[in-house]
Amino acid sequence: MSNRRDPVIVGLADAPLEDGKFVTRASVLGHAALVAKAAVEEAGLTLDDVDGLLTAGMWGVPGPGQLATVTLGEYLGIMPTFVDGTNIGGSAFEAHVAHAAMALREGYCEVALIVYSSDQKSLRSRNLGGRPSVLSMQHETPYGMPTPVGGYAMAAQRHMHEFGTTSEHLAEIAVAARKWAQLNPAATRREPLSIDDVLSSGMISEPLHLLDCCLVTDGAGAIVMTTAERAKNLKTRPVAVKGYGEAHTHWAIGEMPDLARLLPAQKAGERAMKMAGVSHSDIDVVEVYDSFTITVLLTLEALGFCKIGEGGDFVSGQRTAPGGGFPMNTNGGGLSALHPGMYGMFLLIEATRQLRGDCGERQVKGAETALVHGTGGTLSSGATVILQKD
Amino acid sequence: MSYDKPLPVIDHDSAPYWEAARAGRLDIPLCSDCGKHHFYPRAVCPYCHSDKLRFDTVSGRGEVHTFTIARRPAGPAFADDVPYVVALIELEEGPRMMSRIQTDDPGKVRIGAKVEVTFVKATDEVTFPYFRMT
Repeated sequence: MSNRRDPVIVGLADAPLEDGKFVTRASVLGHAALVAKAAVEEAGLTLDDVDGLLTAGMWGVPGPGQLATVTLGEYLGIMPTFVDGTNIGGSAFEAHVAHAAMALREGYCEVALIVYSSDQKSLRSRNLGGRPSVLSMQHETPYGMPTPVGGYAMAAQRHMHEFGTTSEHLAEIAVAARKWAQLNPAATRREPLSIDDVLSSGMISEPLHLLDCCLVTDGAGAIVMTTAERAKNLKTRPVAVKGYGEAHTHWAIGEMPDLARLLPAQKAGERAMKMAGVSHSDIDVVEVYDSFTITVLLTLEALGFCKIGEGGDFVSGQRTAPGGGFPMNTNGGGLSALHPGMYGMFLLIEATRQLRGDCGERQVKGAETALVHGTGGTLSSGATVILQKD
Repeated sequence: MSYDKPLPVIDHDSAPYWEAARAGRLDIPLCSDCGKHHFYPRAVCPYCHSDKLRFDTVSGRGEVHTFTIARRPAGPAFADDVPYVVALIELEEGPRMMSRIQTDDPGKVRIGAKVEVTFVKATDEVTFPYFRMT
């Protein structure tokens, strides 16, 4: 049953990269503006039509980035009347879709623009020196916790202990992502990759190897949402937002309720699928956050694609690779396509492209329903979106 | 010798904890209403949300809940420590706390290994509770 104010995605854009860096010369806000303009124009709209602005980022902090929507609105020269600067880490953009969907249904907003930009690779600005040792972090940073990889390593160690998961299981995920990247001309890393390559890539934070970790790249992306009614007169074929959910549990990894079970994904996923009225067998393509290989394993289990503890078996035999029967992270993911710090925007872009049928060699045939799940912080937050071809 | 690693920015919630560590005690909050210990120290119990809390000296014994061996340091200040073991310790009293395992052989650390606290002075103001396997 559809309603004229049902939320849909009508525009998207992402910035071209070369060797993981922006090709165009512009500031981090410049790249945000360029993808924003391209995304609205793709739909046949202009930036003047935008009345809802949603963004999250890591730029300009401390400073103008602390009020990210305000600063971006200023740069774009627009005066939004619905804003959302929710920042729960890399899953923020899935939460933004949920919040924009509610605003659109409510009539509080007509055209919502969600934007992300990061020039972390060009600037070499990624902070790997640890989080400032204040508040909860005063009990973590002084011990030399490698961030963010150490927290994921601790979760992986726990999963291995409880369920017998192996480094080979985790490597399956990295290798499958690479095979998708080989089908995606825009992906950053496309050379062949084997399980042995992953296992011999060197330990970073045991039990995670270098190639269990995502890339560090630049990146900018934008998506535009409006109502089903407004979409009728636009240039693109809309993709419907059918369900959404979000949750978070902790910031310090020591506060994670259960390091082998990703509760935010379980909660958000259940809620989103129930709202959309879909079950696991209805999902044709899955785009889940892959900051690290273990993130994927925990997410697939928590979302209910397999039982808790059985993720290792589930991904074995290149199940998630092209032709493997479970199409996942079809652009190559954060592991092989791009990872500009907060990757969730690019999960949404890839899922929408798959449902539009625009993916060329990597197109999942007959894809009608997609599940997108972002993870943010250190396994801290989760947000799920169910998208459907209209 | 100057200490060049990050130090805790001590606040009103955590001051009694760090003060006790300086004196060689592991003191963590105990809730007078639900009877549970918690960590890190808060002004409100994270389990029952009572504000009737006091600091209690605990045993300092626990086990390794999970850990990682850092093969790359968390910033240049930790470069000389590599490889080092950061571990989440589950105390006998229930709460978990992040710390370091003092060991000459990181490869011997296992989930479930029994540990006890040992205090390592960093500066005149800060002493860290580290753990060693027993």
